[in-house]
Amino acid sequence: MTSSPDSGQRALDQYLRDLALLRQVRDRMDREYAQPLDVESLARGVHMSAGHLSRQFKQAYGESPYSYLMTRRIERAMALLRRGDLSVTEICFKVGCSSLGTFSTRFTELVGMPPSTYRERAAEAGAEMPSCVVKQVTRPIRRTSDRAQSIRNGEAPIPGPHLA
Amino acid sequence: MDITIHTTFLAHTDPEASLAFYRDALGFEVRNDVGYNGMRWITVGPVEQPDMSIVLEPPAADPGLSEDERTTIAEMMAKGTYARIILATPDLDATFERLEATGADVIQEPTDQPYGVRDCAFRDPAGNHIRINEVR
Repeated sequence: MTSSPDSGQRALDQYLRDLALLRQVRDRMDREYAQPLDVESLARGVHMSAGHLSRQFKQAYGESPYSYLMTRRIERAMALLRRGDLSVTEICFKVGCSSLGTFSTRFTELVGMPPSTYRERAAEAGAEMPSCVVKQVTRPIRRTSDRAQSIRNGEAPIPGPHLA
Repeated sequence: MDITIHTTFLAHTDPEASLAFYRDALGFEVRNDVGYNGMRWITVGPVEQPDMSIVLEPPAADPGLSEDERTTIAEMMAKGTYARIILATPDLDATFERLEATGADVIQEPTDQPYGVRDCAFRDPAGNHIRINEVR
């Protein structure tokens, strides 16, 4: 593909700059997941088209920006549901979802049960586990069809309990 | 056994930018700054913790790395998946405000985590994931 070492280096430098933009998008989702973010506004923030951002992001992180954002929201929703002082509807809006239907569907996909059931079971069982174990076993796990292992947020598999 | 943690390493892509982050934004002191062959190793650490240092180093300086490995490290740094460290401070909100005001890239506002930690998170200029726990 590359005609000279120089052009190869230039292509790599450009690719690294693109990756850094994707990192900015991912960090923004981590920070602002509770805001009404969508892929169009994320793409505008780094001067990309929504389609280009989605393709590039998926290639880099293993899932689309929409999927990453929803996983982030549901991870936070799980924590709030375990706390038990807010309703499912309140939590749905609190984590940045504008549709209760989409929230429940996505939650059920990721967690394996609807948010209301998760809330009930957490109230029964969660309090008895030490916090480090709760952290480990209550993370949302996304299973992808094209990979053998389950991954969360497109990162490497979690090797062990949370360390700090 | 009488062993302490003495030095740890984080990679930089732009030594001046990383120096500005660790020295000017985090307030670390600079303990050493070594140049060799166009590369720089900068040792920094908290003034209050003189026996524990972070060396900001060029990525992939080890001559034993293959080209593919160097490329992978550069890509992971750009993606923000390469390296991380957890720092601690007694007043998280004040620290967060001060750091945010320097223009540092924020990943997470101060948050009470369900597993009992209160923390926030930033990127350093090289893409390293810098978390700060509140430890009173």
